[in-house]
Amino acid sequence: MSTNYDAIVVGGGLVGSAIAYGLQRQGLSTIILDEGDIAYRAARGNFGLVWVQSKGIDFPPYAQWTWQSAESWSELNAEINAITGEDIGYRRPGGAEICINAEEFEAKRENMLRLSSHARHFKFEMLDRKAMADLVPGLGPDVAGGCYSPADGHANPLLLLRGLHQCLLAKGGRIDNGAMVTAIQRRGEAFAVATAKAEYQGARLVLAAGLGTPGLAAMIGMNVPVRPQRGQIMVTERVKPFLSLPLSRVRQTVEGGVQLGDSKEEVGFNEGTTSSVMNRIANRAVKMFPHLRRANVVRAWGALRVMSPDGYPIYARSERHPGAFAAVCHSGVTLAAAHVLHLAGYIAEGALPETLAPMSERRFNNV
Amino acid sequence: MSSIEREDAGQIIIEFEGQPVTAQEGDTVAAALLRAGYWTFRMTAVNGRARGPFCMMGVCFDCLVEIDGLANCQACMTDVQAGMRIKRQQGANDISHGAAP
Repeated sequence: MSTNYDAIVVGGGLVGSAIAYGLQRQGLSTIILDEGDIAYRAARGNFGLVWVQSKGIDFPPYAQWTWQSAESWSELNAEINAITGEDIGYRRPGGAEICINAEEFEAKRENMLRLSSHARHFKFEMLDRKAMADLVPGLGPDVAGGCYSPADGHANPLLLLRGLHQCLLAKGGRIDNGAMVTAIQRRGEAFAVATAKAEYQGARLVLAAGLGTPGLAAMIGMNVPVRPQRGQIMVTERVKPFLSLPLSRVRQTVEGGVQLGDSKEEVGFNEGTTSSVMNRIANRAVKMFPHLRRANVVRAWGALRVMSPDGYPIYARSERHPGAFAAVCHSGVTLAAAHVLHLAGYIAEGALPETLAPMSERRFNNV
Repeated sequence: MSSIEREDAGQIIIEFEGQPVTAQEGDTVAAALLRAGYWTFRMTAVNGRARGPFCMMGVCFDCLVEIDGLANCQACMTDVQAGMRIKRQQGANDISHGAAP
């Protein structure tokens, strides 16, 4: 006995929830099957940036997609606010990357010139130490400067995740927690998805289970290669507001806590923290803002990014099984608006547009 | 931690909000202040409401006080020392002002 939906989304993190809500708001009855807290919860470890200035520097389709999402974010934010009544902390005061020495400053400038050579709408300013200190008071004496972009912003990733869940439920969708998928089968025009407790049937199937996706995709003959990449984050006690805009490695939340990141570590499925990495993160943060020395760190955590071989998202549509899709990426906060407002519409129609073709999984089949 | 009178414990003087408080050696700051009759240890960072010790075991962070100029110290996790100057934690820690780190 199986329950029928128009769409089944496997994965209840930021990517799966955004797509599921997007499908439901298009009028498709949608259920999320979420593995539960044994899953590697990338969405629970996110830093919370809505970030444009470092994305797709040498890959225009990703830069364009990121830009489209950032431009759509205020619409998504307004919609979540209207449905849930919650302020999910979205602000777009612009954002900056701080360069602590001249070498970093030059490398950043080169990157931004490359990005703006194909992303013509992208605006940025390379600021010397003095100009940057006017923007972010408290900057340390040894900082070289950095890059400001008005396109950047931030949000509370946990409130975003809960907001997407609430929106899905409000529109009549469902979430099944603790629902680890054990089998996927094609049945006529639909897909039958089995968990330990139930079976669901749907004409659309979206695999958006982060690091769990490769195994699920293999069940229907799709190749979706992703690996874990660890990032460690520390957060301080709530301190009086001193940072009016988010920085790529330091972000003060609406509540006052200061998040310090980040690391990129190839350590397999290890979600732990290490004192050496935290030490490096703290040292850099104090170099940027010496007064952070006075703030107590109250929590630290590690979380696993969902990384494809080239670091860009994978949006896959099965050739063999029309109606089956996979969507995996890091930067689930930045891309949330594109996933709700654009990607879900494409999936509802049954085909991905040419603009997303460069991010198909097929790019890994020819190497 | 103890707020029970112990005959063998020496008495020391600490200071809370400018007032002398008699404490026993081996007390935590929270125990000493509670025994002296103080219930409000801090005003919250979000809306300035009064809070005091709740768990007395280091997890609730409601007993935060400023000790000798250091903000947001857990009173229940800190042993008293003679001459300690303790103040209520008033809202969020203001890290951009004060003495050089």
